[in-house]
Amino acid sequence: MEDGIVLTMRGISISFPGVKALNNVDFTLRKGEIHALMGENGAGKSTLIKVLTGVYEKDAGSICIEGCPGEAHIHSPQQAQNIGISTVYQEITLCPNLTVAENLFIGRTGGSVVHWKEYEKRATEILENLGIPARAKQELSRCSLAVQQMVAIARAVDMNCKVLILDEPTSSLDDKEVAMLFRLMRDLKARGVGIIFVTHFLEQVYEVSDRITVLRNGELVGEYPVSQLPQVELVAKMMGKSLDDLAELERIGQKSAASEETVYEAEDLSSSECRPFDFSIRRGEVNGFTGLLGSGRSESVRAIFGADQVTGGQIRMNGKSVRISKPHDAIRNGIGYLPENRRRDGIIADLSVRENIILALQVIRGMNHPISRADAEAFADEYIEALQIKTASKETPIRSLSGGNQQKVILARWLLTHPQYLILDEPTRGIDVGTKLEIQKLVLKLAEEGMSITFISSEIEEMLRTCSRLIVMRDRKIVGELTGDDLTQAQVMKTIAGGEQAE
Amino acid sequence: MKQNRKTSSGLGQLLIPLVALGILIVFNIFRDISFFSIGMRVNNAGNIVLTGNLISIIDSASELAIIAMGMTLVTAACGGQDISVGAVGAIAGAVFVKVLQGMGAITIGSVILAFVLCCLATIVFKLFNGTLVAVFKIQPMIATLILYSCARSIAYWINGDATPQLKSSIISSIGKTIPGIPVPTPIFAVILVGLLLFLIFKFTSLRLYIQSVGINQGAARLNGMNPIMIKLICFILLGVCVSVASLIGVCRLGQLNHKTLLVDIEMDAILAVAIGGNSLGGGRFKLSGSILGAYIIQMLTTTLYAMNVAPVNVKAYKAIVIIIIVVAGSPVVKNKLTALWKRLRPVPVPEGAEKEG
Repeated sequence: MEDGIVLTMRGISISFPGVKALNNVDFTLRKGEIHALMGENGAGKSTLIKVLTGVYEKDAGSICIEGCPGEAHIHSPQQAQNIGISTVYQEITLCPNLTVAENLFIGRTGGSVVHWKEYEKRATEILENLGIPARAKQELSRCSLAVQQMVAIARAVDMNCKVLILDEPTSSLDDKEVAMLFRLMRDLKARGVGIIFVTHFLEQVYEVSDRITVLRNGELVGEYPVSQLPQVELVAKMMGKSLDDLAELERIGQKSAASEETVYEAEDLSSSECRPFDFSIRRGEVNGFTGLLGSGRSESVRAIFGADQVTGGQIRMNGKSVRISKPHDAIRNGIGYLPENRRRDGIIADLSVRENIILALQVIRGMNHPISRADAEAFADEYIEALQIKTASKETPIRSLSGGNQQKVILARWLLTHPQYLILDEPTRGIDVGTKLEIQKLVLKLAEEGMSITFISSEIEEMLRTCSRLIVMRDRKIVGELTGDDLTQAQVMKTIAGGEQAE
Repeated sequence: MKQNRKTSSGLGQLLIPLVALGILIVFNIFRDISFFSIGMRVNNAGNIVLTGNLISIIDSASELAIIAMGMTLVTAACGGQDISVGAVGAIAGAVFVKVLQGMGAITIGSVILAFVLCCLATIVFKLFNGTLVAVFKIQPMIATLILYSCARSIAYWINGDATPQLKSSIISSIGKTIPGIPVPTPIFAVILVGLLLFLIFKFTSLRLYIQSVGINQGAARLNGMNPIMIKLICFILLGVCVSVASLIGVCRLGQLNHKTLLVDIEMDAILAVAIGGNSLGGGRFKLSGSILGAYIIQMLTTTLYAMNVAPVNVKAYKAIVIIIIVVAGSPVVKNKLTALWKRLRPVPVPEGAEKEG
């Protein structure tokens, strides 16, 4: 093996029924390098990681790792760990109710008698050494998510890992925590650890990475030093599109004017999870709820849809008074709701794409009027085509689709019901740039056709691009409403922070 | 068995039970081909009936097959099992006999009325289970443990300690054979219940609802379904299945014994569901799998008896075979087999099919 290289993967191929997930992919990781692995959802990033960690068995190709003569055969995550490949996932896989020290050493103490005192001392050394702000005897669940993640990394490093895989490590961290994590990553890099960094956040890639490998549709697009790949070009390479398409992303800012007709109106609406609020939306309008996580934006739309227990309020749709106390009422009144947590609340994992698409329409028609197989297949075909859902077939279980495509299936489910009012809570979370753009465009197109849409996103730019009215929430209360010229990032921030409307 | 529907996942689920059944058949062919001989004879009542091991297997598995169907639905929707089916079956039998005795003469009318009342009583008890499971969200096994332990006492209160005899040609027509028809009636009962459920699934979207609720209850609710209602419907259907099974059980013997009627059937029913490749954790289900499972269990028992295995030992041998079937159907072994299959017969992915055109 060449000097300075820790890991080489050559000609990796793997296929699942009907889909070639990886086709002849190469990947090289050098010593002391932070290497970003980029690609859209379904491009093959996770598959490549899973081949490397022994979760999947590759069909073809070879993996070589420094210190391991010849080809490395990895059949299980345990084996991967033994030869120096460690993974830290975005969900913490440690034991929250054990102490930091216990988490660092559990499972590798050896022997039946464990001297925890000694291990605590060693743990303190490790934590100090890596600059992790935690105490050895602290219970892990009392540490912040970022620190928990760092403990997981420390554990991996202490096990002499040569290759550290960080899979979306920053998605639930705030800016300060991200900075802390990056400090640790740079520190490890200086110690010669090779780091594979998988993320959706482009800025972060440019902040810490040395090199970028881009995958698309299971194939290698190329490997580039960060300095030679401007951000726009990276996006273009991930999407396999020219820069013209990206220009469109900026242009779709032209929002059509909504009509004067009010479609949905709520007065003093409250639920078990949110305080009373007033809200209305006009035909063809796109509005948004914004605020920090936990500000009550999701709870408000859940109250509108009847997802939580509704405790009071008057609701009018098209001027007529209606009662919406459970999702079924909302659906019957022409409201659709794409939930924030796709995996928990959206998909029915084991059912096929077809069944997932027709679900809401079937409920509207009622149990005694089943949609015929032929109709269901026609609907599925129509929306797989219209939304460009990437799936092996319409009978594939939805769980084997990538996140972005699952989201499109759920979107298809609601579009099929032709709702008057569609609520989209974080429709683009964890989704690649290309699909994000498609969804934003779709939202504006639907609004133009007369659908009212509430769009919630953690990314303010995205909301500014799509919404003509922003409702700002703080501490479970509506604290402001921005329209027209006030729709700027600065103004939104100011309102969220509560600057008391100081100009 | 809905083999006309060519879903690849469907046959996958039935693969293990079909192979198990095939092995049992092949084993019996080599052991003693006469195991499969079917004959005709005149029974005590003077009717011509079919005889032979196969007929007896399909006949005596009827109660199990019917209850296994109901169990499949409850399992699918609730992700747990009702272990009180046998005990509540005893109540069903007791109500049936009590009503029949109360009316005096056994006529077709009185049998139908008695069955309807027994059905209603069973449904009430099943709704009790269903309410604990669906509304109070108690683990199904715990919730149904209550009736599992006390239902036979309730059956005793209804009928006393007596084992009343039912002597009538109508009763033996239900439990054994109808004069002029050589096939045992319980077999028709299985077909009837199967057909009933088939029609329900054909003309409503209940299957989709049950599977959705079983896989992801929260998401099902957010799509406008009522999980409580769906679970209760499953328990009602299970109640109907239990009543029919109990009717057959009582009529087969021509007497009611609340201590032995459908005893231990709950475990076999759960086993049938599992052997049929259905997840006991709920979700997707195939009724055909459970029915197949029921016949496999019965065939195994009959084979062992035909081999002159002592009744005391039968359960032990049964256990060994069942371990093999269940392990063969486990995800771990299944994945290994699929991987092996893939290696032996690599399916070429059309080059460029997944690329942009």
